[in-house]
Parts: sequence; structure tokens; C-alpha cells
Amino acid sequence: MKDEREIVTVTIDGIEMQAPKGELLIRVAQDNGTFVPRFCWHERMKPVGMCRMCLVEVEGVRGMPPACTTTVTDGMVVNTKSETVKKAQDGVLEFLLINHPLDCPVCDRGGECPLQDQTLAFGPGESRYVEEKRHFEKPIPISELVLLDRERCIQCSRCTRFADEIAGDRLIDFGERGGEMQVITYPDDPFTSYFSGNTVQVCPVGALTAKPYRFRARPWDLSAVETSCQTCSVGCRGSLESSSNELVRLLGVDVEPVNHGWLCDKGRFGYEATHAEDRARNPMIRRDGSLVECSWPEALDAAAEGIKRSLDLHGPASIAMVGGSRGTNEDAYLWARLAKGVIGTDNVDAQIGDGLPAEVVLGLPGATIPDLDEAAAIILLGPDLKEELPVLYLRVRRACVDLGVPILDVSAVDHGLSKYASATIRHLPGEQASAAREISAALAPLIDGRSGPIVVVLGRSDVATSAEPTVAAAAIIREIPNTRFLVALRRGNVRGAIDLGLAPGFLPGRVTLDAGAERFVAAWGSAPAEVGLDTAGIFNAASEGRIGALILVGADIVNDFPDRRLVRAGVGGAGFVICINATVTEAAADADVFLPATVWGEKAGTTTNLEGRISRVGRKIAAVGNPMPDFRIASELALRLGTDFDLETVEEIQDEIARVAPAFAEVDAQLLKRARDGVVLPLALHRDELVLEPRRIPVIDFSWEPIKPEGPGEFEVVEFEVVEPVLEADASDEAAAEEESALPVDISNGAGLPDAQLFVWSAQHAAQPTPGRDNYALRLSAGRSLYDNGRTVASTPALRALIPAQTLRVNPSEISRVGVADGESVRVSTARGSLVLSLTGDANVPAGVAVMPFNIGETGVGDLVDVSLVVTDLRLETLR
Amino acid sequence: MTSVIGAPNATETRIVTKRLRDRPEDSWTLDGFTQSGGYEAFRAALKLDPEAIGAEQVAAAGLRGRGGAGFPTGTKWSFLPKDSYPRYLVVNGDEGEPSTFKDRMLIENDPHQLIEGIAISSYAIGCNLAFIYVRGEFALGFERLEAARRDAHAAGFLGANILGSGFDLDIVIHRAAGAYICGEETALLSSLEGDRGMPRIRPPFPAVAGLYAKPTIVNNVETLSTVPHIMRMGGAEYAKLGVNKSTGTRIFSLSGHVNRPGNYEVELGITFRDLIESPELGGGVRNGGKVKFFIPGGASSQWLTGSDEHLDAPLDMDYVQQTFGVMLGSGAVMVYDETTNPALVAWRLAKFFAHESCGKCTPCREGTGWIEKVLYRISHGYGRPQDLDLLLDVGDNISPGLNAPFSQTTICPLGPSAVSPVVSLHKFFREEVIAMCQNNDRALDVTASDSGASDLGAGE
Ligand SMILES: Cc1cc2nc3c(=O)[nH]c(=O)nc-3n(C[C@H](O)[C@H](O)[C@H](O)COP(=O)(O)O)c2cc1C
Ligand code: SF4
Ligand code: SF4
Ligand code: SF4
Ligand code: FES
Repeated sequence: MKDEREIVTVTIDGIEMQAPKGELLIRVAQDNGTFVPRFCWHERMKPVGMCRMCLVEVEGVRGMPPACTTTVTDGMVVNTKSETVKKAQDGVLEFLLINHPLDCPVCDRGGECPLQDQTLAFGPGESRYVEEKRHFEKPIPISELVLLDRERCIQCSRCTRFADEIAGDRLIDFGERGGEMQVITYPDDPFTSYFSGNTVQVCPVGALTAKPYRFRARPWDLSAVETSCQTCSVGCRGSLESSSNELVRLLGVDVEPVNHGWLCDKGRFGYEATHAEDRARNPMIRRDGSLVECSWPEALDAAAEGIKRSLDLHGPASIAMVGGSRGTNEDAYLWARLAKGVIGTDNVDAQIGDGLPAEVVLGLPGATIPDLDEAAAIILLGPDLKEELPVLYLRVRRACVDLGVPILDVSAVDHGLSKYASATIRHLPGEQASAAREISAALAPLIDGRSGPIVVVLGRSDVATSAEPTVAAAAIIREIPNTRFLVALRRGNVRGAIDLGLAPGFLPGRVTLDAGAERFVAAWGSAPAEVGLDTAGIFNAASEGRIGALILVGADIVNDFPDRRLVRAGVGGAGFVICINATVTEAAADADVFLPATVWGEKAGTTTNLEGRISRVGRKIAAVGNPMPDFRIASELALRLGTDFDLETVEEIQDEIARVAPAFAEVDAQLLKRARDGVVLPLALHRDELVLEPRRIPVIDFSWEPIKPEGPGEFEVVEFEVVEPVLEADASDEAAAEEESALPVDISNGAGLPDAQLFVWSAQHAAQPTPGRDNYALRLSAGRSLYDNGRTVASTPALRALIPAQTLRVNPSEISRVGVADGESVRVSTARGSLVLSLTGDANVPAGVAVMPFNIGETGVGDLVDVSLVVTDLRLETLR
Repeated sequence: MTSVIGAPNATETRIVTKRLRDRPEDSWTLDGFTQSGGYEAFRAALKLDPEAIGAEQVAAAGLRGRGGAGFPTGTKWSFLPKDSYPRYLVVNGDEGEPSTFKDRMLIENDPHQLIEGIAISSYAIGCNLAFIYVRGEFALGFERLEAARRDAHAAGFLGANILGSGFDLDIVIHRAAGAYICGEETALLSSLEGDRGMPRIRPPFPAVAGLYAKPTIVNNVETLSTVPHIMRMGGAEYAKLGVNKSTGTRIFSLSGHVNRPGNYEVELGITFRDLIESPELGGGVRNGGKVKFFIPGGASSQWLTGSDEHLDAPLDMDYVQQTFGVMLGSGAVMVYDETTNPALVAWRLAKFFAHESCGKCTPCREGTGWIEKVLYRISHGYGRPQDLDLLLDVGDNISPGLNAPFSQTTICPLGPSAVSPVVSLHKFFREEVIAMCQNNDRALDVTASDSGASDLGAGE
């Protein structure tokens, strides 16, 4: 946002500086290198002036105003270091410590504690307190994930303000008063926030601790790397920390355009999945009907053999690749090059039947996350952001609550942001297109002279309804002037995968097969000409015996794909199945070759979030056992199929992407390393958003930072290292090195590649009518719950317990219509199948609709959905 | 002025308390009120230009807030930003300052007078919705206020188009939940909004952004109860009462070791001696004793002693402030005779403030508790000779300079209030306190004190 405030001159400790009028003094001082100590003030929260640590003297002002609540005016003269100020600082620190337990040796914060650090730097050094300290029971749980030690609490209200102001979950507050004042929860309303981990991070002492991290490490044993969360496609920036080759903590890093330092609990604690017991350590091949461990060369040879056989017998279209939306961009690019440039098939889809066609993802005019802040209005037509893209939920909520941006909610059922909407268009699942036609009229009063783009958060609101109605709605909304889209796809790097060609009809860099043909033939030697199948198409073909080799890249396909019967038939019907994964999933158990892959935390690279912003992913630990990064597996397979990519490092892959993939022009390893807040594609449109500076973080405020021996008062320039992937040398490497391969075109000299036009979605979309619902049926809306059976949650002990119980929620009138009691089990039948489920009445669910989150419970939505149908209608019968 | 040189024999000057003294049988009823001239001032005010009421009457009367700070009421009203509506008037009826009990009397015995004051003031400042925040413990007061509000409504003194003037006013009465800090005006506003009662950071001041972030005037019960009389008498006439910039009368809640504790409305300018010793006022110290020390303006104030210099000081807000660094505050005068151990009094006061600190800011939350603990030790025979200096420095970290008006490291003056007893001990009873510490003297038998049998009469 452009700062249009008047510039004033302020003198702080004798140094003149310029600052925007009305800016907080503490920030002005900080931006100019003067650290005013503080506890309660936090960059992203409203100032409260509670801790009194930041008192300063201002000439002409009586007493000592807090720097965190004082705004600067022209000619202001401030003293932050006078004797009077020093005495007040001593006083406040002494007060804070009189009742503090000082159990630093057993406190998680010890060693990275703002209270320790600021006491050392600004405090009296000695206490005169001889009375008995305050005592509380230690510690008490305030949520499933967070514990509170009230003795250590310094009552700064950062946690309570976070919960209230930022998360909108005012579930913790202060109780009692004076010395007894303490953080409390409400007995009837537990602290069930999806964002609870942030309270631990912002707590300036060890009062709040997170269950997964408690007592796991001492700060001085930790080492960190900057990374991006890949749990969902918001791509929150974080600092990933390990101790003794074990991931122990992810902390949010404040990136203005993305996450403001926040993380959701799933992203924050999901690193535990990396250390899951069931991680596969070695490759496996099927021998005598069962998978047995083998060496990498054996497994790679077998996989290449399977592909080659199908290629020779049935041609490239008999080969298909599904998945790849959770890896890095470098992985995605090499998978795409393997499939499209080496094998020659376009049957490639990173999405698993729950997303949107690549034309829509790539072809709509894109918005960035900061566009939300300045939008004239936000249209929500898609998933429940709170459940699927939690930190984006925070940002939309902030735009609405703090910045006054009106929300138009177009949805089938209430979701996390519904209560903030200024207007709502309700539709039956599948009727998105007719709802979209009402948008223009509903929008007019909301916009009411406001300027800025209209940001549409567009996505699939549920997996029981096909993509078609959303595509039709997109085509309608696109015609509304000034609209820009944030396509709300969920998986960590799904956008990067699509951008890099893991989608039927596209080549890396947002070009169609047609538009990119010449360029990629020149670059790769060949590229598919025929548009291939998407995931549903692939499984259909496979179930009919038309897929000779199926490559499953990541994903727990049987549980991730909305139609379980189809996916099982597909995997079962494929001639040869190669599975690349971290664990042996249901589909992997049926594979002919299983190749263990490294996961987030174990490999470096980049990822692309839903805006199309590329940011770095860091490698923090070495994998246990012998998994390989995907990009290496793809290279090894290519080598065995006759193509040597000759790309040894992540940087080399990045440079090749920048040369070859049109939308990535100029986005090479150098730029990716330097761009502080990432790079939004295409660079040509977003060049002015680039920040090529290292991150500056005041030393004390972010308690996870290494303490500088010189003490505070300065800023540390934090330059996170992108750790080079170090692969355990193995036999296949050497074998590969020996094999001379014939590269068709020398792409290391990329200059002179033919141009390729970036894709724009211009086709008129003829909306297909959605079938009507008969009066006896309920239409299923299967959104998601943040905590579901997906791998991240299922493999994370801290989160597993939070998966909600499975139930079908309907309007209470339906319960009485069926004639059962609330909570009673009923038989639920669809065209696809039937299940016994418990029924819960919920007045927020419109009549005629049934709500059940996807991927919860042993059986569920996946057994009811037929992906060939546009909508899923179900019938209820009593069991009596 | 009613004080005479010689034996003090000052008398009350009843203006605000006239009706409730004259008609103890029905002063709180609408009939009793209207029969004694009630609502006439309001009727007259409705014919005046609203702005003129603040400027020409209230300001001219020199009326200063009776809640504690003594801020000129007309000036406060003039801080309302032009053309910003709605505006609210909030009546502070929380009366939590220890030993202050005048507002309770006004609420219980003359609720219509308060409503008339609210009505005139609301008209003057352009407010159509006023709030009365009454202390939760005032059960009878709340009942009578509610009844008065209903009756006033029914009689057309409240509601829409009052007396055909086109002016509308409604009043909401809110019962507080029992926290001293909720008497502080910004904490009161938060509490009224349904939030935890904790003082807010200023600026913005309530006159600019107060209740629900709208311009708001907070005034004390006695302040507003005085307004009808200013209208009746005329501001200039009212200003003739009193002394210097302390015009008019004030109700003093006199308590402690006097023969006649109670509320006395006196003209400002009489002396503390007049108040304590006049036969129709305090009637002198109990058992013919002498004043050892007294607290001149509520628990928050620093103390004065039984010296002639102090006893002969006039009840003049500015004079006592400038001369002795004490305040008339809420008008509560607590008198202690020579049997009293000042360390014990200091501890009881500190205990009150530690208990009532809202907890928002560090120096008060932690410091008041610390002071309380040390004063407990001192008063119970466990003091160390260095403790008094320690307390002074701890106090200095809450209220740098240890002066009044307070300078403070805290958000509101509650923290510094807890320092007042410490400073007073140091100023007047240093030797006594240090001797106690050296001899391990106990102020009282601990058991007796703990069982509530304190000769202070202050329950815990
Ligand atoms: C801790 C504290 C408690 C207070 N309690 C009261 C109270 O109970 N009643 C009151 O009228 N004012 C009280 N005040 C003063 C109010 O903040 C405010 O100044 C007053 O209500 C303004 O009204 P006035 O100008 O009519 O005096 C208190 C102030 C503080 C700092
Ligand atoms: S728990 Fe931590 S963040 Fe919350 S108030 Fe206490 S010290 Fe502050
Ligand atoms: S919102 Fe998404 S990217 Fe951010 S922390 Fe959560 S899962 Fe990770
Ligand atoms: S001084 Fe005490 S009562 Fe006042 S705001 Fe601070 S903690 Fe609360
Ligand atoms: S009061 Fe300013 S940082 Fe706490």
C-alpha cells in the first residue's frame, strides 16, 4: 500500500530522522536503528501500552509516554536513554521479575527469552524483593496443543489479543485482576482455535508452550533455515528448526504480502509427519506378489522397464502420471519433463480430481494476497478458507474487519467467513452458475464508490460437486469489470505443479501444447501434440485397461480422490504401477515398484503459492534411510529412458526453468535467492513488488532468533541459507554418470528458443445445466475440515486427536422428516453407494442440503461420490 | 463563609442536599421532587440556547468535577468535537473510593435531582442517550433510580419531544459488578460496553472517542446533581459561593475518629478544623482526643497531620494541592486520633489498592502487591529498618518524583494512589516506622486485627 502520509522530522536520542506523521514512535525508532525495549507491543497487533517497558521521554510532554502508543509529530524530540527512562526501565523489569518463577533452566524460552534478554540489556541486575512469590498450579492445558504456566506469564495480552484481533477466536481472555490476573479460557467454550500455536510464538516468555515442542530442545541447540510451509497453498513463510537431525519447530516469519508471521496449527505442527514411524526407507519391487525392499538401481531399472514396455507396446498415451502437487517446483519441472519431454505423454495431472481445470487456474487474471487489502470488494465463491487455507482466512478477515473491505459470500452453506459477509448469495451445491449471475446486482451496493480491484476467491467448495459449476461461474464472474482471481487450490505446491506443466494440455511456463510446441521441441527434443487426460480420465482409462504404466507421484490417491471406487478400479486396472511416496499408502501397496521420496524439510527448492508467488523451501535435516528427492528420481528415470537431464543441483534446475518456461523468464536461481518476499509470476507484471533485500528483524522481538552477544539495540540481518541438497552417494549415481546420453538440444545455451505465448483463458464457456434435485433427496456438500485423514494430520500425533467425528449435518427439519433422533444413525445412499452415518441437526445448514467433510472416518464421502456426475444427491433411510 | 475565628462552629450550606434533608420522608419521589421545585430548572433550560448553558452557566459557575480530579466541567464539555453525533453522557455513580459515601446518598434520596441534572446537561451538550453506571452494591439506589426514571418518563421529563421542546432523551441505568477501577472513567466505559473494566490509553480522550468510540462526557453524580442549582441560581451567582477557583459547596464524607461521622455539604473555603471540630459538623475527635493525621481527599490522597498548619488549611482544591501536595479528591476526609498506628493504616490502604489494581500495567499490578506485602511486614512486626526506603524507591518506580499531582509510569492514577500512604509515612512518621522495625513492634495484636477487631473499623 502506498504511504501517502506527510513526512515529519523527529529527533530520537539526538539523531534527526524522517518519518510519516502519525506513525508509532516505537516503530519509527526501530526503523532507524533504535531499539526501544518492549513486551506487549507487537507489529501486527493494536498497541495496548500495558507492559510499560517502552516508556520514553518526549520534550514538552509531562511524564513518560509509552513509545508504543505515542505517534510522532513534527519536531518531536525524544529521549530513550535518559537517566529517568533508565530508572523506569529498571523499575518495570524489577516489577516483572518479582513474581516471576525464574525457572529458566527448565523453561522452553530460556535462551531465547525476551524477558531474559531485556533484563540483561535494560534491567537492574538484582532484585530487592524478599517476599513470597505468587504461586499457581503449573502448567495447565488451555487447548489440545497449548499449555499455560501462569507463574511465568507477564500479562502482556499478546496471546489474548492475537486470539481476538487476528484470529477472531476470542476464546482466551484475562480473568481476575491485579496480581491475580491470569489468562483464562471459558469453561463452555474451549480454546479450539486453528491458530493457537501463534500464541506460543508471540508469548514473550515461556508461559505458553506447545505440546509438540515442550522440552524437546534448548534454543542454543537449534539451527534454522528459512522455508515456506507446503501444507496448503498459502505458502506461509517460516523458520524451520531442528536439533540433532530432527525437526522440532516451525515458527512463522513475517512476510508482508503473505502471512504476516502467522501460521495455522496444521502447518506449524505438521512437521511431525516427517518423522512418522511409517516412513518408507528403501525402494521396493514386487516379487512373488509382494513388495520387497531392494536397491535403488534395481528399483529404478524395474520402473524404467515398466514404462519402456508400455511405451513400446502401446505408445506414449498408454502412460499416465498423477500427482506431484506437494513437491518443489524443481520436482514438478522434472516430472513434467520426464512425462512430456522424455516419455511423450500428456496424460499428466497434478490435481486429484478435487481442483479446477488448468485453463481456469492459469487463464484467469490473477490477484495477489495484498490485493485483498485494497480491494473494492471480495467475492468468496469456493472452499471454506478457514478449513482449507487458514492463513488466507486470516487475511480476508483482516481485510474485512480492520480495513473495511466488504465481502460478498456466494456459498451453499455457512463457512468460517460467512459471518463477516456484507451480503450473501445462497445456492444449492451445483447451482454456482445461476448464483454467479446475481453477483453484479449484489455487488453494486457493496462497492458504493470504493476503488480497487474486485478480488474473487474462487475454488471448489466441495468435492461432491464437480468442477463444472464453478468453471461456469468463473466464466460469468470474469465478465464483471475489474475482477481478479485468487484461485483457491489447496495442496501445497499445486500451483507450481500446474505452472510447470503437470496438467493436461500445458507445458511448463503457462503455455499450451500448441503455443509451446516449437519452443519445447527445441528445448527438450520433443513435446506431446495431443491433449491428454486429467486424473478422472486417467483412472477411467486405466480401469478399462488402457493405461500400461501409471506413475503415482506422492498423494494418498485412494483417500484424496473424491471417488474411491473409480480410483481403486483405475489403480487395479493399470498395467504397471510406479509409486513415488514417503509412505506405503493403500495404492502404493498395490504398486509394482515403490520409490521412497524425501519430504518437506528434507529437501531444498522452491514452491509456488496460490497467488503464483515462488518462494524458497529449505532443507533442514537429512532423511533417515535412503529416500531420494523427487527431482532426482525423475532424473534417474529419464536417464534410464535415454535422456540425461544433466542437472545436478536445485539451482541448475531453477536456471533451466528460467530459460525454458516462458512465464518463468528471468526467475533464475540468483533472483530466487535474493527475493525476500518471493517472486510473483509473471515477473513482467510484478516486477515492482520485488524486494531484493535481506530480511531485517529487531533482535529481541522475535524470540526465536539467536541472541547476539552484543545485546540488543541493533538489528540482525537474517540471511537464511538455502542448503544444497546433499544426496547420499549411491550406486545409481555412479552408474548414471558413466552412461553417456544423447541430448537432443543443448539447452544449457537456452538463448534463441522460439517464443511461446502465455495462456489466457478466452474461450466462451457454455454452462451445462445442473440436474435438478428431487424433493426426497438431499444434496451433498462435502467441504473439508482442516484436520482430516490426510497424511499431515494422520501422521502428526499432536493433530491426530483433533480430527472431528464423522457425522452428516442436515437442517433439523430433515431429521424430523426422516423420523429419527438427533445423533441417530441412518442409511445414506447415493447413485454410487450407501453408508451408515450418524445424523446431526444444524440450523445453519439450509434445508435440502447435507454437509459432511471429505476424508474423515474410515468410509465416507469418497464412497458416495461418482465423479462422472455433476452433483451428489443422497437419500436417507432409517435403520429401524 | 461560615467559619469564624475561635472555636470552630461552621455549619452546612445545603444546596444539593437541601431537599433530602428537608423532606426525608419523600425526597426521592416525583411528587416530593416537583413539590420542592424539581424539574423547573430543566423546563427553563429547554428554552435556552443549549451551547449557552455550558458556556454561560456551568463554566461561569466555576463548577469542577466532584468525582476526584476536580476538572472544570464547562471546559470538559467544550472538548466535544463539533458536529460529531451521537454523543453520550455517562454518569459515574460507581463511588468506590474508600470512605466516600456522598453519591450513594444523592442517588438514594434525590434521584430526580440527578435525572434533572442529566437532562439539563444532555440538552446542553446535544446528547440523546445518557447512561448511569451505578455501583452494584447500591441496591436501594438502583431501585429508586429506576423508579425515578420511569416516573420521569411517564411525566414527560424524559423520552421523545420532552415538554414539547423537540428534545429527546433516554437514560440507561447499568449496575456495576463491583470493581473500584470501574470508577475510572475509561475503565467504566469499557465495562459499560460489556468488556473487562480496564483503563484505556489516552488519547483519544472520552470527549473525542469514548463510549462505543463516540464523543462522551463522563461526570460524577454530585457534579450533575449540582447543575440544576446552577441553572436556578445562575452561574455567576453560584460562583460567588466558595473560595478562589473552588466555587460553590461540596459534600464531604467525614469518617474515622470523629464524634459525628457523616456527609456534610459545606461551602468550600472553610478549614479542615471547621469540618472536623464544628459541633454541627464533625463534632470533634472521639473521646476528646486529638487528630494524629487525616486523609483529606479519599484513600488516593497523601495525608495531612493534626498540626495547626494542616488543620487550618482551607478546603480549596488548588491551595492544598500547591501547598501540601495533597488533594480534596472525592471529598472523603478520614480522621485518625492519636491511638492509631499509621503503618497499619498504610497497610490497609495498600491492601485495598493491591486488591483493586486492574492488572493492566506492570508497575501497578506488581508494585501495589509488593508495597502491600512490605507494609504488612512492617505493621505486623516483621519490618526491616531499610524497608521504608525500599518502599519509597518502589513507589518512585510507580510514581516518579512521588508528587501530587501524580506523575506515573502507569496508565491510570490507581497505581500511584498506592504510593500515597508510603510517602505519607515517610513524611510524617518516619521515625515511628523505623523504630517499629527496629523493635519488631506490632501495630496491633495480629490475631485481633485478622479477626476484624481493628480499631480502625475497616473491614477487610
Ligand atoms: C481509580 C479511580 C477510581 C475512580 N473512581 C471514581 C468513582 O467511583 N466515582 C467518580 O465519580 N469518579 C471516579 N474517578 C474519577 C473519574 O475517572 C472521572 O474523573 C470522573 O468520573 C469525572 O467526573 P467529574 O468530572 O464530574 O468529577 C476515579 C478515578 C480513578 C483513577
Ligand atoms: S501467556 Fe504469554 S502472551 Fe499471554 S499474556 Fe501471558 S506472557 Fe503474554
Ligand atoms: S495456512 Fe497453509 S501454508 Fe500457512 S501455515 Fe497453514 S497450512 Fe501452512
Ligand atoms: S494503574 Fe493499575 S488500575 Fe490503573 S490501569 Fe494500570 S494496572 Fe490498572
Ligand atoms: S507498553 Fe509499550 S511495549 Fe508494552
